[in-house]
Amino acid sequence: MTLMYALLALATVAIVLAVLYRPFGDYMAWVYTSRKDWKIERGIYKVIGVDAKAEQTWQAYLRGVLAFSAVGVLIVYTLQRFQQWLPYSLGLPAPSESLSFNTAVSFVTNTNWQSYSPELTLGYTVQFAGLAVQNFVSAAVGIAVAIALVRGFAYRRSGTIGNFWVDLIRGTLRILLPIAVLGAIVLMIGGVIQNFNGFTTVTTLTGGTQTVPGGPTASQEVIKLLGTNGGGFFNANSSHPFENPTPWTSMFEILLMLAIPFSLPRTFGRMVGDNRQGVAIVSVMAVLYIASFSILTALESAGMGTAPGLAGGAMEGKEQRFGIIGSTLFATTSTGTSTGAVNSMHDSYTAMGGMMPMLNMMLGEVTPGGVGSGLYAILILAVIAVFISGLLIGRTPEYLGKKIGPREIKLAALYILVMPTLVLAGTALSFALPGVREKVESTSIWNPGIHGMSEVLYAFTSAANNNGSAFAGLTANTPWLNTALGVAMLLGRFVPIVFVLALAGSLAAQDKVPTTSGTLPTHRPMFIGLLTAVTVLVTALTFFPVLALGPLAEGLM
Amino acid sequence: MNTQARGVGRTVWVAIRAMVLLTAALGIGYTLVITGIGQLVLPAQANGSIVTTQDGDPVGSALIGQSFSDEEGNPLPEYFQPRPSAAGDGNDGGASSGSNYGPENEDLIAAITDRKTQVAEFNGVTESEVPADAVTASSSGLDPHISAAYAAIQIDRVAEARGIPAAEVRDLVEAHTQGPDLGYLGESRVNVLELNIALNELEG
Amino acid sequence: MSTLTEPRTTTAGTPGRKSGFTWEQVRAALPGAFRKLSPKEQWRNPVMFLVWVGAALTTMLAVVEPFIGGPADSGGTVVPWSFTWAIAIWLWLTVLFANLAESVAEGRGKAQAETLRKTRTSTMANRVTAYEPNTDAAAEQAATTQVSSSDLTLGDVVVVTAGELIPGDGDIVWGIASVDESAITGESAPVVRESGGDRSAVTGGTRVLSDRIVVRITSKPGETFVDRMISLVEGAARQKTPNEIALNILLASLSIIFVVVALTLNPIASYAAAPVSVTVLVALLVCLIPTTIGALLSAIGIAGMDRLVQRNVLAMSGRAVEAAGDVTTLLLDKTGTITYGNRRASEFVRLGGVREQDLIRAAALSSLADPTPEGVSIVELAEAQHGEFDRNTVGEIVPFTAQTRMSGLDLPDGTQIRKGAGSAVLAWIEDGGERSASTLVAELDEYVERISQSGGTPLVVATKDPAGAGRLLGVVHLKDVVKDGLPAKFAEMRAMGIRTVMITGDNPLTAAAIAKEAGVDDFLAEATPEDKLAYIRKEQEGGNLVAMTGDGTNDAPALAQADVGVAMNSGTSAAKEAGNMVDLDSDPSKLIDVVRIGKQLLITRGALTTFSIANDIAKYFAIIPAMFMGVFPQLAALNIMGLHSPASAVLSAIIFNAIVIVFLIPLALRGVKYRPGNASSILGRNLAVYGLGGVITPFIAIWLIDLIVRLIPGF
Repeated sequence: MTLMYALLALATVAIVLAVLYRPFGDYMAWVYTSRKDWKIERGIYKVIGVDAKAEQTWQAYLRGVLAFSAVGVLIVYTLQRFQQWLPYSLGLPAPSESLSFNTAVSFVTNTNWQSYSPELTLGYTVQFAGLAVQNFVSAAVGIAVAIALVRGFAYRRSGTIGNFWVDLIRGTLRILLPIAVLGAIVLMIGGVIQNFNGFTTVTTLTGGTQTVPGGPTASQEVIKLLGTNGGGFFNANSSHPFENPTPWTSMFEILLMLAIPFSLPRTFGRMVGDNRQGVAIVSVMAVLYIASFSILTALESAGMGTAPGLAGGAMEGKEQRFGIIGSTLFATTSTGTSTGAVNSMHDSYTAMGGMMPMLNMMLGEVTPGGVGSGLYAILILAVIAVFISGLLIGRTPEYLGKKIGPREIKLAALYILVMPTLVLAGTALSFALPGVREKVESTSIWNPGIHGMSEVLYAFTSAANNNGSAFAGLTANTPWLNTALGVAMLLGRFVPIVFVLALAGSLAAQDKVPTTSGTLPTHRPMFIGLLTAVTVLVTALTFFPVLALGPLAEGLM
Repeated sequence: MNTQARGVGRTVWVAIRAMVLLTAALGIGYTLVITGIGQLVLPAQANGSIVTTQDGDPVGSALIGQSFSDEEGNPLPEYFQPRPSAAGDGNDGGASSGSNYGPENEDLIAAITDRKTQVAEFNGVTESEVPADAVTASSSGLDPHISAAYAAIQIDRVAEARGIPAAEVRDLVEAHTQGPDLGYLGESRVNVLELNIALNELEG
Repeated sequence: MSTLTEPRTTTAGTPGRKSGFTWEQVRAALPGAFRKLSPKEQWRNPVMFLVWVGAALTTMLAVVEPFIGGPADSGGTVVPWSFTWAIAIWLWLTVLFANLAESVAEGRGKAQAETLRKTRTSTMANRVTAYEPNTDAAAEQAATTQVSSSDLTLGDVVVVTAGELIPGDGDIVWGIASVDESAITGESAPVVRESGGDRSAVTGGTRVLSDRIVVRITSKPGETFVDRMISLVEGAARQKTPNEIALNILLASLSIIFVVVALTLNPIASYAAAPVSVTVLVALLVCLIPTTIGALLSAIGIAGMDRLVQRNVLAMSGRAVEAAGDVTTLLLDKTGTITYGNRRASEFVRLGGVREQDLIRAAALSSLADPTPEGVSIVELAEAQHGEFDRNTVGEIVPFTAQTRMSGLDLPDGTQIRKGAGSAVLAWIEDGGERSASTLVAELDEYVERISQSGGTPLVVATKDPAGAGRLLGVVHLKDVVKDGLPAKFAEMRAMGIRTVMITGDNPLTAAAIAKEAGVDDFLAEATPEDKLAYIRKEQEGGNLVAMTGDGTNDAPALAQADVGVAMNSGTSAAKEAGNMVDLDSDPSKLIDVVRIGKQLLITRGALTTFSIANDIAKYFAIIPAMFMGVFPQLAALNIMGLHSPASAVLSAIIFNAIVIVFLIPLALRGVKYRPGNASSILGRNLAVYGLGGVITPFIAIWLIDLIVRLIPGF
C-alpha cells in the first residue's frame, strides 16, 4: 500500500511536470528572448532609468545583480529595525541587529533560513513588504543569472550576455506574478488564510482558550514555493495547517516548487537551439530526484532507530494528514530545489533518513535545484563532466560548441570549491573556536551527541546552498550562528554567481565549433550517466567523512 | 576609475528605484489584490476556517488542533484526544513548532515510553495497540488530525465517559474519517475538533 | 607509408627506444628521481608538493614520537609504534615514484639529445667578410675569416666545402651539394641541397659530402634547430599545453577541497567523536588528492612528445600536439600521401589500324633505357602483356628534355621511337613534313581526353621510319595509383569527425577522379599556395581546426595559418619556421600519425585522471571506518573489504596509492591504446576501462595488500 501510494504520488509529479515541460519551458524561453517589451515594462524601464535595448557585458550584468541585491539587504534590514513603527507590527519589537542581518541576507539570497520564529518575531508589514518582495525578486535574479549563462552558450562572438534589468522585470512580471496570483487563489480554496486579523482568541470546546493566528499568508506562501524560497509565514512552515491544510495542497505546493526548475532545462535547450540538450539535463535532475525520494521514503517507512522503533513508526515531527510519503516527497522536493520549506521536521527523521535532505543540498542543489540556480549549478557540473569526457575521447573538450579551456575550467572549479569550503569551514569553526563552541554546545544544539553535530552541519549545508531548511532543533538565533550563517548565505549565493557570469561572458565571446562525429554528443544516455556520476562523486568524496561522523554513525548504531 | 565609480553609482541608483517600484507592486499591490479576492470570494477559508457550535460560537479552527484537557493538563476522557503537541504548552496557535527531537534523543525516548503507557492505560488497551501518531508530536504542533487507528482505541473510553453506546460513537468516528485525498494523497485521518463537536451535538 | 593502425617507428639513430620501460631505464632515471626530491622541484606540481609536505611532516612526527611516548591514539584507536614510520616511508616512496616516472620519460629523450649535442660541438666556420651576392655569388673572390661557429649570428654568410660540418642553420645562396643529415634524421642516405627552390635549407651540424656551397645563416646562436631539438627531446623547454593547464586547475581545486576536508575533520570530530592523529589525517589527504594523475602528468606530456620524436616528427610546442588531436580538417597533398609519387602505366590504347604488339613493342623499347618509375612501369606492363623483352637492345637513347617534352630511342636501323605529351609528339611528326590523317588525330584526341578525364596521364607513342615517315601508334595510359587501404582509412577519419581534403596541382577533372577513388571528402585542384591559404582561412572561419603539410617557401603563409603545420625537413627554412612541426622524414602522410598521437596524449591524461578519482571510493572505504572505529564501532559496517585493523587499513591504502603509480608508468609512457571510432564509442570504452576499472581495482588491491600488511607485528 505504501509502495502504491508512493508510486502514484511520484507519477502525479512526473505527469504534471512532463505536461508542463514543453509549453512552460518554451514560454520562459520566449520571455527572455522576445524583442518586444510590454507597455507596462516600458513604463518601468523609464522610471528606473534603463535602456531595455542595450545588452550588458558580464561585468555590468554582475554589477546589476550585486547592486540590486545589496539594496534588497538594506531595505529588509531597515524594515526590521524599524518594525515597531510599521503598521501591522502586532506589537512586536524590532529584531536584534544580528538577527535582522541574518534574515535580510537570508531572503535576498533566496535561502530563507529563519533563525527566528515568525509568529513571535515579525509583524505583517515586514513579511509582505520585505520578505514577500524578496521572495519574488531573489527568484527572478536566480533565473536571470541562469539565462545569462545559457546566453553564453547560445551567443557567438558576443561581448554581452543580456540585460539584467530586463531579465529581472520580465521574470517577475511575465513568469512569477501571474502564477503567484493563480496559485494563491488555489491555496485559499484549500484553506490557506489571507487576512489582517492578527491573533484572535477563541474559547475552546473544553472552555479553555486558544490563539488562532491570522495574516496575509496565501500571497506569501505561493511565491515562497514557486520561487523556491521556503521562508514560512509561520514557524512550522508548510506543516502549519494554515500554510498547507490538506494533502492535495501539499501536492500543489510540491508542484509549485518543481515547476520552474524542471522546466528551465527546456528553456535552455530551446535557447541553445537543441532541445535534446535540455532533455539530457532534465534527465539527470529527474534520476537523482527519484533516487533520493525512493531512498528517503524507504528509510522513513522502515523507521529505524530507537525512538521510531519504540513509537512504531517515524511519525515524530510528521503531520497525520501527510503521512510518511507526503512528508518525504515534500522533503525531497524542498531540499532538492533549494526551497527549504518543510511539511515535517527533518530533525526528527530517522538518522539515515535525515541524511537524505542533507545529501540533496550537498549535491549542490541540482535535483532539480532552485529557480535558475539549479540550472546554472548543473551546467557547471556539465562543464566538468564534458572536460573529463573530452579528455577521454582525445579532443579539447567542448560543450554545445564552446571550447572548455583553462579559463572555463578555472571558473567551474572555483564554483565547485565555494560550497564545500563554506559548509566544512563553518561547521568546523563552530566547534573549533573557543567561546563559540561552548555557546554552540550549550545554547544552539538541541539534541546532544552525534545528532547535535548533524544539526550544525545541516545548518551550514543549508546556508551555503541557499536552501533554508534546518534541523530545526538548532537554536540559530545567536550572534555566532546568525553572523556565520549569514556570511555563508551571502558567499554561497554571490561568489558562485560571479563565476557563473564570468563563465557566461567567456563563453559568449567564443565562436561555435561545428559538430562532427568526433564531437561528444551531450544528449545521449552515456553523457547523462556520466554527468550523474560526476555530480554524485564530487559530493560523496567531499562529504563522506563528515557524514560518517554524523548521520552514518548515528544510523548504524 | 572615475567612469567606473560613476557606473557603479548609476547602477545603485537604478537598483534603488527598481526595488522601491517592485516593493510597491509585489509587496503592497499584490498582497492587497490577493487579500481582496480572499475576503470577497473565499471569506471562510481566508479567515481561518473557523468552526462554530450550533449556537454560532466560534470554538476554534477546523484546521488547527486544540487540547481537550482540564486545567491541569490531564486529558478529558469524554473527548477524543489529539496527538501530542510541541507548540507552546500544547496546541498553542501562536507558537507552532515540532519537538525537533532526534531519533536517538533520550528525552524523546522517555517521552514516547511515558506516552505509550499513559495512552494504553487511559484507553484501556495494550501498549502494542497504541499507534505511532498517538505517541509522537506532530510537525506543526497544531495537527488537527489523528489516525483512524488512534480514534478506534479511544471509542470505548469516550463512549463510557459519556454514557452512550460505543456503536454510536463508532458511527460518528466513521463519518468523520477522511480517506486520502484523491484516494492516494496523504493518509486517512480523523479531525478531532469536528468529531468532538459532533459528539457534543449528539448529546446536546 | 605510415598507417593509422601500424605506426612506423623509425629508430632515429638512438638505441633502445622501445615503448615499455626497462630496468636499465629505471637505473638511469633513479639519480634524477632523487634529485627531484628537492622542494624547489616539487613546487611546480601542487598535488605532489602536498604529498611532499605530508611526507616531511610525518617524518618529523616519526622522529619526535619516541620522545613523547609513542604515536598518539587516532580516533580512539591505539596505533602501533612503527605506524608513523611506515606511513612516512611510503609517502616518500610516493613522491619518489612520481619523480621516477618523470625521470624515465625524460631519460628516453636524453639519449637522443646526446647524439644531437655531439653535432653541436663548435666547429670553425669560414665567414665571408663582405658578401656580394650580385657580383660574386660564389664568394670566390671575397675574403673569408675563420670564426667559431658559436660566434655566427643571423645574416652571416659562410662557405662550406666537402667534408666540412655546416656551422649553423641557413639557406644555401649559391651552389649545390650532397649533405649527410643522418645526425638529425637518422637516415643514412645523403640528400641533395641546392640554392633557390624548396631544397635550400641546411641544418647546422650536418656534413657536406661533396661540392662547395655558400650559406646564409638564418638562426641566432643558441637558437639553432638542433638546439631546439635538444630542448624538445629533453623536455626542458616543455611548456604546459592549454588542456594540461586546465587539467592542472581541476586537480588543484580537487586537492584544495580535500585539504579543506582534512583540515576541518578534527574540529568536527572533536565534538562527537575523538580527534584523529596527524599521521592518519595526512594519510587521508594523500589518498584523496589525485596523486596518481598528479604524479604521471608531466611524464605523459613528455612521453607524448617523445612518441612524435620516435616517428621523426619534431613538435615545436606541446600546444601543436594537442591541436593535432582536435583537428577537424586535414589538408593532404595528393602526391606522396594519397597516391604513390609516381604514375604507373595501366593500359595501352592503340589507334585504329595499329597492331597491338607494335604499340607495346614501341612503348617498351622507348622505355627500356628510361630509368624513371614511369618508364619502368611501362616495361613491366608490356612484359606482363607480351612476355620478356630483350633488354640489351642497342640504340641511341634520347633523354627527356623540357624543350622536346619527349623521350625515346633511335634504333641502329634509323627508326626513331618517341613517347611524350600528345602535342609534342604530333609536332614531332609534322616536323618531318608529314601531316597525320585528321581522322587519326581526332581518334587520338578522343583517347587523350578520356584518359585525362579519368585522372590519368596520356603518353602518346609514335615512330618514324628511317625515311622519316611518322606514324602514330597509340597512347599509354599512365595512372596515378592510389595507395592501398586509403578509402578505409579516410572513412575511419570521417568517423572520428575529421574531414580530409586533397590538395593537388592537377586539373579539376583529374583531381575529382582521384579524390573519388581515394575517398577523400573534398579536393582543391590546381591549387596555388594562395588557394591553400584561402581554403584554410575559410575552414577556420567555420570553427574548424586545420592541419596541413608543406615544404616550399610559398607554403609558409599557409603553414603558419594552419593550426597544425607540418613542415618537411627537406623544405626551406622559411617553411620550417612557419610550421609548428617538422617531419624529419619529409613524409606528408605522417600527418595522420600526428593526429593520432595528439588524441592519444589527451586520452592518456583523461584516462589516468578518471582512474585516479575513481580510486578514491575504495580508499574512503578503507580509511573512513578505520579513522573512527575506535569511537563508533558500528562504522565497521563500512569496512566492506574486511581490513584487519585501522592501522593496517590506512597503511594498505597508502601503499596502494604509491604502488599504483609504478604500475601505471608504462601506460603513461606508452599512452593508452587508441582505437579510432566515434566519440561515443571511445568514451564508452574508456569509461568502462578506466572509470569502472578505477572503482574496482583498488578494492581488490587494497584487500590484497592488507593481507600482507597485517603480518607486520602490531598492525
